Amino acid sequence: MFSLALINEFLGQPPNASEHGYQIDHILEFCHWFMGALFVGWSAYFIYVLIRFRKRRHPTADYHGVKSGISTHLEFSVVLIEAVLLIGFAIPLWAKRVNQFPETKDAILVHAIGQQFNWNFHLPGPDGQFGRRDVHLVTNSNPLGLDYNDPASKDDIVTMNELHVPVNRPVIIELSSKDVIHNFALVHMRIAQDAIPGSLIPMWFKPIKTGTYEIICGQLCGLGHYGMKGTLVVDSPADYQAWLKERAELSGTQAAAPAAPKTANPSGQPEGKPGEPAQSPSPSGL
Amino acid sequence: MDSSTSLETHHDTHHRAAAHEEHKLGWWRTYIFSTDHKMIGIQYGLCGLIFLFFGFSLMMLMRWQLAFPGQALPVIGNALGHLFGPGSMPDGKMTPEFYNSLGAMHGTIMIFLGIVPVAFAAFGNFVVPLQIGAPDMTFPKINAASFWAFGVGGVIMLTSFFVPGGAAKGGWTSYAPLSVVADTGPTFHPFWNGQTLWLFGFVFLITSSLLGAINFITTIIQLRAKGLTWMRLPFFVWTQFVTAFLLVLAFPPLEAAIIMQIMDRVAATSFFMPTGMIVNGAPLHISGGGSPLLWQHLFWFLGHPEVYVLILPAMGITAEILANNSRKPLWGYKSLVFSVLVLGFLSFIVWAHHMWLTGMGSTVSAFFQTTTLLISIPSVIILSAFFISLWGGSIRFNVPMLFATAFLPMFGIGGLTGIPLAFNSADLYLHDTYYVIAHFHYIVAPGTIFALFAGIYYWFPKATGRMMNEFWGKVHFWPSLICMNVIFLPMFLQGMLGMHRRWYDGGQGWNVAGETVWGQTGFQWNTWISSAAWIMGLAQIPFIINFFWSIRHGKKAKENPWDATTLEWTAPSPPPHGNFLSAPVAYRGPYEYSLPGRDVDFTMQSEPIQPTEHVRRTEPEPEPVHA
Repeated sequence: MFSLALINEFLGQPPNASEHGYQIDHILEFCHWFMGALFVGWSAYFIYVLIRFRKRRHPTADYHGVKSGISTHLEFSVVLIEAVLLIGFAIPLWAKRVNQFPETKDAILVHAIGQQFNWNFHLPGPDGQFGRRDVHLVTNSNPLGLDYNDPASKDDIVTMNELHVPVNRPVIIELSSKDVIHNFALVHMRIAQDAIPGSLIPMWFKPIKTGTYEIICGQLCGLGHYGMKGTLVVDSPADYQAWLKERAELSGTQAAAPAAPKTANPSGQPEGKPGEPAQSPSPSGL
Repeated sequence: MDSSTSLETHHDTHHRAAAHEEHKLGWWRTYIFSTDHKMIGIQYGLCGLIFLFFGFSLMMLMRWQLAFPGQALPVIGNALGHLFGPGSMPDGKMTPEFYNSLGAMHGTIMIFLGIVPVAFAAFGNFVVPLQIGAPDMTFPKINAASFWAFGVGGVIMLTSFFVPGGAAKGGWTSYAPLSVVADTGPTFHPFWNGQTLWLFGFVFLITSSLLGAINFITTIIQLRAKGLTWMRLPFFVWTQFVTAFLLVLAFPPLEAAIIMQIMDRVAATSFFMPTGMIVNGAPLHISGGGSPLLWQHLFWFLGHPEVYVLILPAMGITAEILANNSRKPLWGYKSLVFSVLVLGFLSFIVWAHHMWLTGMGSTVSAFFQTTTLLISIPSVIILSAFFISLWGGSIRFNVPMLFATAFLPMFGIGGLTGIPLAFNSADLYLHDTYYVIAHFHYIVAPGTIFALFAGIYYWFPKATGRMMNEFWGKVHFWPSLICMNVIFLPMFLQGMLGMHRRWYDGGQGWNVAGETVWGQTGFQWNTWISSAAWIMGLAQIPFIINFFWSIRHGKKAKENPWDATTLEWTAPSPPPHGNFLSAPVAYRGPYEYSLPGRDVDFTMQSEPIQPTEHVRRTEPEPEPVHA
C-alpha cells in the first residue's frame, strides 16, 4: 500500500504491515508536518526577536508593541487545520476501527486473554465454536479453564504467547484479561487495544505482509510486565494450514485436518458490534 | 515612585519592629508552626524542592537500570540495597519490583509532592497576598493546616519505601485491578504495605490541596487592595485563581475514588473489581461486579485538570518575568485572562483522551477529541501572546529571564507533540510509548520546572532581602537546558520505534528497541538519555549552593530590585509580618512598563495617575480611585 510518511520514517517508525496502517501513518505524518511548520515558524520568530530586541540593540521598549492582528490569522489557521484533521481523518478512521468490523465468515476470529505475564490465545477450531470456559476449571495445564465436556471445546486450539494468522485476511481479536489490565499492542499492524478483566473488547486488522511480529503488553501489569511478549506470525495460507494442523494434533483432538478457510466457520456467526460480548458461551466473563 | 520612596525611609525602623514582633512569637511559631503566608510559602517551597530533587534521584537510579539492565550499580548500589531493604537492589542490581516502585513514586513525588507544592502552594502563598496587597491569607490557620496535611502525606509516602515489599508499584496512575491486588498476600502486611500507604498518603495530600485552594479563592476574592480591580490583577494571580478552582473541583472525586480503592484493598469491597478474576492461577474471592474503568474515569477526572494545575502557575510566573524583562506590557492581557478561564473550564471535559484504548466507541471519542482540540486554542493564544509580548521590548537576559524564555520553546514542543496524541487514530500508534513520556515531560520538566526556577530567582530577593548570584545562575541554566533536551528529544525517536513505557529492561529484550534510528538503536539511546540525566543532576549543584549561600551572603536587595511594577515590590524585602507598612492602593494595570512620557521605564501599580498624565494604553481605562 502506498504510504507517504517521510517524517515518520525519519523518526524511526518501522514499516507498516497492515491494510489500514498506512492511514494511521498518514494522519501521524500530517500531524508531524503541521507541528514542524509551527515549530519552525515560531522558532524563527523567537530567535529573531531575542536578537533584534535585546537591550543592547534596542535600549528603549515600545509600550504598544505589536498592533497587527496577525496572531488572529495564525489562530484561525491552527483551528482550521486541526478541524480538518479531526473531521476529515481522525473520526472516520476511528469509526472504521470500532464500527465497521469485517464479516465473520471472511475473518479469523480469535480470543486473546491476558494474564500476568502471558497472552493466551483461544481459537475455535474447525467447528467455528468457542468451547465453554469457566474460572473454576482453571489449572496450570488448562490456563483458560476450557470445559472439555463441552462438544464445542473438542477441536479448540489454545496456545500461549504465539498466534498465527494467514496473510490478507481480516483478523478479529476479542480481548479480555484474567487478572489486571493489559494492552495488546501490535506496533507493525498499527493497532492496540486494552485487555480489561470483566470486558470482552474486539479489535481488528488485516495483515498484508508475512513475517514475525512482536505482541507488546502496553499497559503496566506488574513486575513481569517488561517481559510480557507474544509473537504474531503472519503466514502464507499454506503455512497457516500447516500450523493449524500441527496445533490440532498437539491439542490431541480428533480434528485431523482443518477444513479450508472458507468453511472453517460454517456456522457463520453474526459479527458482534463493538463492546457486545462475542458468541463464546463463557459465563465467567473470562 | 511616591509610595515606594516613603516605604524606603521607614523600611529600617519597621523592619526592626517586625523582627521584634516575630521574636515575641518564638522560634517555633515563627519558623515551624507559622501561620504567616510567607513562612508557609517558604516551607512549602523548601519541602517541594527537596521532594523534586528526591523524585529526580529516583529517576536517576532508574536510568541506570535502563541504560545498563541487570548490571550492578557501581559505588552506591550496595548501600542503596541495604537502605531500601531486601528485594530492592540485592548486590546493587535493581529488581523489577523496585524498578516499578521507583517509577510509581517518581511520578507521584514529582507531581504531588514537588511541582504542586512549589508551583501552587509555595509561589501562591508567598506571592499572591503580596501581589494583591493583602496582609495575609484569609484563613491563616487553615493555611498552616494545609501545609501540615501535606507534611503528613509526604512522610507517609516516604515511609512506604521502608515497609516490607517496598513502595507502591502500580504506576502513579494506580490503575485497578493491579493496584488492588498488588502488595497483598502472605508476604505483605495488610496495612503497612506500599500501595495502602500510597492511598492513605494521597488522602492527606488531597486534603492539603483542598484547604489551600479554598484559601486562595477566598483571599483573591476578598483581600485585594483598594483599586485592584479584576482586570488590574497580575496575570500570575489569575493563573493561581483558576488553579485553585481546578483543585477544589477536581480533587474531591479522586479523594472519593481513593477511599473506594482503600476499601477494595482492606475491606474486600469490589468497586473496581469485576467478577471472575483469576490472580496467580487462583480465583479471587471477592464479590465482583465492579468496574476497572470507573477508577480510570475518576482518576483522570482529576488527572487532566491536574496537568493545568502544573502548567498554569508556570505560565503566570513566566508572564510576570517576561513583562518585567522585556520592559513592556504583556501583549493581550485581556485575551490571556479569558484564555486561562476557558482553559480551566475545558480542562474538565477532556479527561477521557487518556483512555483512547479502553474500547471507546466513535461517538464518545469524537466528543473528547473535539474538546481536546478546543483546549489547544486557548493554549495557543497564551503562547502566542507571550511570543508577541517580546516584540518591541528591550530584553534583559538576567537569570530569571533566561529560564522564562526557555520555557516558551520547551512548552511549545510539549504542546505541539500533544497534537498527534489528541487524535485517537494517531494515538493508536503512540499510546503508552516513550513519545508520550517525552510529550508530557516537555510540558512539566523543561516547561514547568524551568518556570519554577525562573520564579525562584525572581522572587528570591523579596523573600530573603538578597539576590542570588547571576553567574552561578547561568552555570545552572545552560547545562540544564542542554541536558533536558538530550534527555527528552531521543524519547520521541524511541516512541516512534514502538518502545513502550515502564519496561524494566530498557527495551533490551525487544526487537522494536533493536532497530536503528539516527545511528543508534532505540536501546542504545538509553545511554545518552541516562548520561544526560546524571549530568543534569550535577548541574543542580550550582543552584543548591547558590540558593543557600545567597540567603546569608548574597548581594543585598532593595524592595524593588528588578524595577518591577506590581504591588509585592512596594513591600520591604523581606516583608515583615503583615507585609505592608500602609495598606497599598492600586491605581493602574499591572504591567505599566515603558509608559511614554516618563523618566523611568516602569510605573508601579501603586503610583497615582497624575492629572496631566497622558494615558494611552491597550488596556481598558482604569477607573479613578479616590483613596
